[in-house]
Amino acid sequence: MTLLSVENLSIRFETPDGLVHAVNDISFRIDAGETLALVGESGSGKSQIALSILGLLSPNARTEGRVMYNGTDLLSLKTKQLNKIRAREIAMIFQDPMSSLNPYMTIERQLNESLELHEGLKGDAARKRVLETMDAVQIPNAKNRLRAYPHEFSGGMRQRIVIAMALLCKPKLILADEPTTALDVTVQAQIMRLLDEIRAEMGTSILLITHDLGVVAGACENTLVLYSGKVMEHADTRALFAEPQHPYTRGLLRAVPNVHDDAAELSAIPGQPPNQMLALTGCPFAPRCVDAIDACRDGVPDLCGEGHKRACIRPVEELT
Amino acid sequence: MSQPLLSVRDLEVRFTMANAATWPWQTPPQVHAVNGVSFDLEKGCTLGIVGESGCGKSTLIRAIAGLAPLSAGTVTLDGTQVDYARRRDITALRRSVQMIFQDPVASLNPRMTIRQAVEEPIATFFPDRPKEDRRKQVRDYLDRVGIAERNANRYPHEFSGGQCQRIGIARALAAEPKLLLCDEPVSALDVSIQAQVVNLLRDLQREMDLTLAFVAHDIGIVRHISDDILVMYLGGLMEYGPALDVVKRPRHPYTRALLSAVPVPDPDVTVTPEILVGDLPNPMELPQGCFFQSRCPHASDICGAARPEERALDGSLVACVKAEQLAEKAALTG
Repeated sequence: MTLLSVENLSIRFETPDGLVHAVNDISFRIDAGETLALVGESGSGKSQIALSILGLLSPNARTEGRVMYNGTDLLSLKTKQLNKIRAREIAMIFQDPMSSLNPYMTIERQLNESLELHEGLKGDAARKRVLETMDAVQIPNAKNRLRAYPHEFSGGMRQRIVIAMALLCKPKLILADEPTTALDVTVQAQIMRLLDEIRAEMGTSILLITHDLGVVAGACENTLVLYSGKVMEHADTRALFAEPQHPYTRGLLRAVPNVHDDAAELSAIPGQPPNQMLALTGCPFAPRCVDAIDACRDGVPDLCGEGHKRACIRPVEELT
Repeated sequence: MSQPLLSVRDLEVRFTMANAATWPWQTPPQVHAVNGVSFDLEKGCTLGIVGESGCGKSTLIRAIAGLAPLSAGTVTLDGTQVDYARRRDITALRRSVQMIFQDPVASLNPRMTIRQAVEEPIATFFPDRPKEDRRKQVRDYLDRVGIAERNANRYPHEFSGGQCQRIGIARALAAEPKLLLCDEPVSALDVSIQAQVVNLLRDLQREMDLTLAFVAHDIGIVRHISDDILVMYLGGLMEYGPALDVVKRPRHPYTRALLSAVPVPDPDVTVTPEILVGDLPNPMELPQGCFFQSRCPHASDICGAARPEERALDGSLVACVKAEQLAEKAALTG
């Protein structure tokens, strides 16, 4: 069952220097209980997609297309209507746990705030739910730490609190925007395991936004690879890693350093990240692509294929 | 082997928290950032320093470069001990040791064109060189790191992060250093660009016979560039040995946990991370005994008795009293 579907979404920003094309005509769906990874480098528009779903884009953003959730287009809703969906239906986990918590408020007040606003829970009922959720994210000794301020927790614990905050109202979909990027690897392993357990227990769908292919490999069923605000490849994670069918995905996978791999040389993708001030006229990856031919620059390739979708005009067999 | 280019002995760095004492007559608390680290770095080799944030890896190389105060220990560069209190030593140090920083854009002066940025160290350290030679050198260095000469009159903000890091490398090379200290040079860059910069550093090292100390939290990157790896935890040395040995046969429980936590970009490889409980202890109050004992799955009473000495074990140095036992156990279970 489709939970959320993004249809032909484009996001542009009006800046003094002109239009920035952040997201270009993207479509995808998330089913109930599915984990989908949005992978891309900085500037690929992955975070903007998540922000647009919850109506959190900056005021100079212009959107096109639709984001359908339960038969309504989220992009057309007013703040008041959106507030009924935020937290209760769709919740978000931000990248930096320190700046997504209010340093002046105790953990208890911050968590209660969300419950009171969205569910009208107060007093003991609210406290009970808060403690349950803090237990669910494995914060030790939760009862005594309710009165603590964010700075009294370590980075990993703060991220757990942010996750607890997202889980409080039992949402159907969690948008996790780089939830482990600011954390150390040992803590990252803790948090990824936690997200996995939560999904298994509560059946929540997760949209995981990350730049780390290693994290994706261990955590998600399906993967969507973005480059310059355009979907390059969308497939089952296993198939994508085993047989990447887009030159960008291939290059990206070869560029990731693997601790268990003995190759001395990392193969880099040549060239520089794209300039997003220009509207797309051809494949955005063509200038850096080893397999590019003249036709690649002439038209924007469509995402095609059943199951394993790719946006590349060259047949798989001809790629290096 | 002849004498190493850089030799560090029992280096300690402590920062005094001047404002943290409640009353003026109290002794202010100290943060123990680096606690007795020793290593040797041969000419033309690369040492990778890994550890989680707050383990003192950056402070260690900043101390070597003279950017953080040494509280104890010695640094010997090319056979002479560096005296960080002497102005002349510091000037000499600046010439022979150059640093590449984490944030490529912030480490360049926004009001200097990149030609000026690369020319500055040449003009400072080699004032006798004629202007034409300087110009030519700037061109050569920029060319070497892959920045076209026609862009030399541009300002840092006109370049991407990866390009700025290349310019930072060119600037560091312009001083003709013996030793290049890299403080997380690629962690601010995207994966595809990261590989470019790492490969560039490797190539430069081979061509110019550079010696590198490479600090990073990503053990995958470090493994690809280093000859030796030094693993730090809470400012102390945990394991130090040839890169392959450390990665393939980690002897210290911390190294093992660190390696198992690194996500593998392959869904068919099921890694079962040894999940460490808890967080880094407070560096203001160092624990008695082994630094890692509070999170170590193998810790017992002897670990708390005294800080374990670094012992040689199959060519590596390991600071764990149980290293042999654990190695046997690992060999038994395969």
